Amino acid sequence: MEYEPVIGLEVHAQLLTSSKIFCACSTAFGAPPNTNTCPVCLGMPGVLPVLNRKVVEFAVKMALATNCRINTYNRFARKNYFYPDLPKGYQISQYALPLAEDGHLIVETAAGKKRIGITRIHMEEDAGKLIHDEHNPYSYVDLNRTGVPLIEIVSEPDIHSAEEAAAYLRALHEILVYLGICDGNMEEGSFRCDANVSLRPKGQEAFGTRTELKNMNSFRNVQRALEYEIKRQEYILEGGGEIVQETRLWDDSQGVTNPMRGKEEAHDYRYFPDPDLVTVHIDETWIEEIRKTLPELPMARRERLQKEYGLPAYDAGVLTSSRALADYYEEAARLCGAPKIAANWVMGDLLKLLNEEGKTFDACPVGAASLARMIRLIEDGTISGKIAKELLQEMYAAGKEPEEIIAERGLVQITDEGALKAVIEEILAANPAQVAQYRAGKEKVFGFFVGQAMKATGGKANPRLLNDLLKRMLAP
Amino acid sequence: MKITQEEVRHVAHLARLEFPEDQIGKFTIQLNDILMYMEMLNALDTKGVEPMTHATVLYNAFRDDEVKPSLGEGESLANAPDPRGQFFRVPRVIE
Amino acid sequence: MELYELTVHELHEKLVSGETTAREVLDAYYRRIEAVEDRVHAYISLMKETAYAQAEEADRSIREGRIGPLTGVPIALKDICCTRGFPTTCASRILENFRPPYDATVVARLRAAGAVFTGKTNMDEFAMGSSTETSYFGVTRNPWDLERIPGGSSGGSAAAVAADECAAAIGSDTGGSIRQPAALCGVVGMKPTYGRVSRFGLVAFASSLDQIGPFTKDVRDCAILMNVIAGHDPRESTSVPVEIPDYRAFLDRSVEGWKIGIPREYFMEGIDPEVRAAVEGAARALEGSGAKLIEVSLPHTKYCVAVYYIIAPAEASSNLARYDGVRYGFRAEDPRDLLEMYKKTRSAGFGAEVKRRIIIGTYVLSSGYYEAYYKKASQVRALIREDFDRVFALCDVILTPTTPTAAFRLGEKLDDPIQMYLSDIFTISANLAGIPGISVPCGFTGEGLPVGVQFLAPHFEEGRLIQIGSALSTLMPREVRRPRL
Repeated sequence: MEYEPVIGLEVHAQLLTSSKIFCACSTAFGAPPNTNTCPVCLGMPGVLPVLNRKVVEFAVKMALATNCRINTYNRFARKNYFYPDLPKGYQISQYALPLAEDGHLIVETAAGKKRIGITRIHMEEDAGKLIHDEHNPYSYVDLNRTGVPLIEIVSEPDIHSAEEAAAYLRALHEILVYLGICDGNMEEGSFRCDANVSLRPKGQEAFGTRTELKNMNSFRNVQRALEYEIKRQEYILEGGGEIVQETRLWDDSQGVTNPMRGKEEAHDYRYFPDPDLVTVHIDETWIEEIRKTLPELPMARRERLQKEYGLPAYDAGVLTSSRALADYYEEAARLCGAPKIAANWVMGDLLKLLNEEGKTFDACPVGAASLARMIRLIEDGTISGKIAKELLQEMYAAGKEPEEIIAERGLVQITDEGALKAVIEEILAANPAQVAQYRAGKEKVFGFFVGQAMKATGGKANPRLLNDLLKRMLAP
Repeated sequence: MKITQEEVRHVAHLARLEFPEDQIGKFTIQLNDILMYMEMLNALDTKGVEPMTHATVLYNAFRDDEVKPSLGEGESLANAPDPRGQFFRVPRVIE
Repeated sequence: MELYELTVHELHEKLVSGETTAREVLDAYYRRIEAVEDRVHAYISLMKETAYAQAEEADRSIREGRIGPLTGVPIALKDICCTRGFPTTCASRILENFRPPYDATVVARLRAAGAVFTGKTNMDEFAMGSSTETSYFGVTRNPWDLERIPGGSSGGSAAAVAADECAAAIGSDTGGSIRQPAALCGVVGMKPTYGRVSRFGLVAFASSLDQIGPFTKDVRDCAILMNVIAGHDPRESTSVPVEIPDYRAFLDRSVEGWKIGIPREYFMEGIDPEVRAAVEGAARALEGSGAKLIEVSLPHTKYCVAVYYIIAPAEASSNLARYDGVRYGFRAEDPRDLLEMYKKTRSAGFGAEVKRRIIIGTYVLSSGYYEAYYKKASQVRALIREDFDRVFALCDVILTPTTPTAAFRLGEKLDDPIQMYLSDIFTISANLAGIPGISVPCGFTGEGLPVGVQFLAPHFEEGRLIQIGSALSTLMPREVRRPRL
């Protein structure tokens, strides 16, 4: 029998606010344990939460970017369960009335564009961290992360392959980072994903029994874990077995999913409206104010870049992979007036230089205006493309303007016909054998003369002029 | 019976409480009396009534996104029954 | 007259005029406490050391002419209010040795007004009770009859004021926990409108019902205390950002022409005849001064107790989940694993009534029961609030007995939760609706036990309660009776 996987994803994204969602403690990562903590996030008796306005604004941005309907009135609820990383014994989340619902995302897959529904987006607080002692029966609790703002983005079960799941996650991740509301760092846990997976016979409408996958901390792992889990379920079903509804953890080193070791108990979170927090009211005026601050989203930008600059889809994809890169490219393209050439330089030499140092375009030592000027210098024949490659490296390393380096190092092309003629005459005189070969029809030897001329001019000969002159002077 | 001894045990587990076996019986009877008393609410038709979850009708109490000092050094752990270094220590959590 | 017998405003006058000093006043109170406390047991802990430092500071500021509304006045705090660096137990073993690194907003406001804190008063554990018998630290007795309960949950604060162990006290009221003990101890007690006095630092019992208020010897003192403690607090989301009037402006004003609603559902059978007579006496006295009594109906009154005993435990079950032995307070010894740590800690740390309510609250929120209990109760709560909205369109205030009986005997209802719960039958509605209420003494039973009359007003109309309470005190001068201790 052929099975169809049904996958739903729950993404938790940490929001890039300075302070926590319900108290004024810092959200900075990496502080010494239990130092970014106060009575509120420690869950001490009698203290109360007050909502960070920016959390609402950031969440609304994401809701708008994913085409959600924003609930004019939304509310926080308590999710009750005991765990040492959850100081109050409940997590403040949203339940019956979330911030936003009914959105969707268009995702590009190998099979083309696909629409994936978004069930809801809600705001909530993060929990703390536990460190387990390998040798003694203890765990250690660090509550720095407790109360860091999260949004949870829940997809519809519209995803039918591991590849689609990865594409959806990349798209979400890209938007969050583009909006500047999440740093997207998966290793530090700023972007986390859980998956619900089930299989059903192709053509059947009812869902099969699902498992929940956790502990996948990279796009690659999500894809691998889903691929594994789909195979595992397929194997069981084909053998006539039944899927056990359970939570499974992805084991990266073994490449398998395993059931959680801890006793799985039927969860009964006893959600109810949090009496300590008032209803959040988001009116049209506020929504419009936030909408105005939204940047152009990656997919729209990709399409515009293709149309406006005549770039191939691949180039547009690379150039919009981050907002900083796209902004850089567009500025350079506009200033130099040669968008295709600018694309080649940005995607080629410059990106390579940045990658070597692990830098991004926010921190590029060569400004977009400098790059544009360098391109113009190539275009007007002042320097050769070959020289430009060296020039860019120097601009990058020294942070200097192109004109400055050209002047310092005398890199201006030789475009003086007389000077170049003299050089060629010398070469022809010194290499009579090659001249004879060429004239006898061995055109390959032409490259030899170009090389010699470039060597003699230190690479500064204008290539077109050199070509013309050589052809004329070698003519029998 | 509104609630059985078995349910009392289950709810107690959810609330992370336990009761000596010889007290469960009496306790269940008391809970039943209380839940029976609450039965009177069923006499009321509340269809379409919006539940009152808050005693105020306020909206939008916000704070600005500003960092203020956290508790001073050691203060977070000062009341801890089992502090270890900079951490709260608990019996091992199995995942 | 002894210093400790004076009201806040009388003390204030004597302090300002230099007739006495804050130190002398505090000495007088601690001597009084020493004399009666072993019989009353109003306090869980005394704050002697800091109190003398505060008194010294009060005397200095009086000398320098910096005089706050409560400078040098000894005030007791219910041990549910967090006090920075000083143990705050909520009368529970589970908060053993807990010293909050913060003050409750109400504590900070009192400090800023110059108050001197005598100590932390006894209460029902986590404010769950109507008799102050569920405290981990033993029972408090009613100063009028040591064999009787002082009411609860703020029984220690009520008894401390009645026994002159402080000039005034702070309590909290979730279903009557200020008004009921005030009535049973013969003092004035007010529960302000929900959102009027900050809950920040008030250890939560039921967050949508809890409200802090004062216990005082007279209505004037109530106005003075309210002036200090009321007001918007940005640290509480449900704190209401509205202006606070000067409550003293409502004192000594007539209620002529006022319409006083008498809800027929509050004068039903089962109410003690002597209590009824005293309350009706108060109503007639007000009528005699030109107010008009009108009969009104609050038809959902009979559902109040059931609604309350669903909503309050539901919220409490969640609010009390933080007591897990991880970050502060009591932890059971040598647990085998995490689950055992939770269960042993919470089972040994909480008393029977608290556990009973956590179980009820967990049950009514649990899967399959939420709709039938919590949601249903929240809907009926809306109907109860609508009752008040309707009635307040017809009258200025509502008058009811505060309690159905005078103080009952120790142990009398301890084993019968429903009977205990029904002792709050007249006070619960104000918490459910969020409106303010006050209990003012209005006489005694034949056995010499105090009786209180309760007034209820629309949201944010505490001023009306001060005005009618003050008017009643003029009409029915406070009997010079004092508890014989």
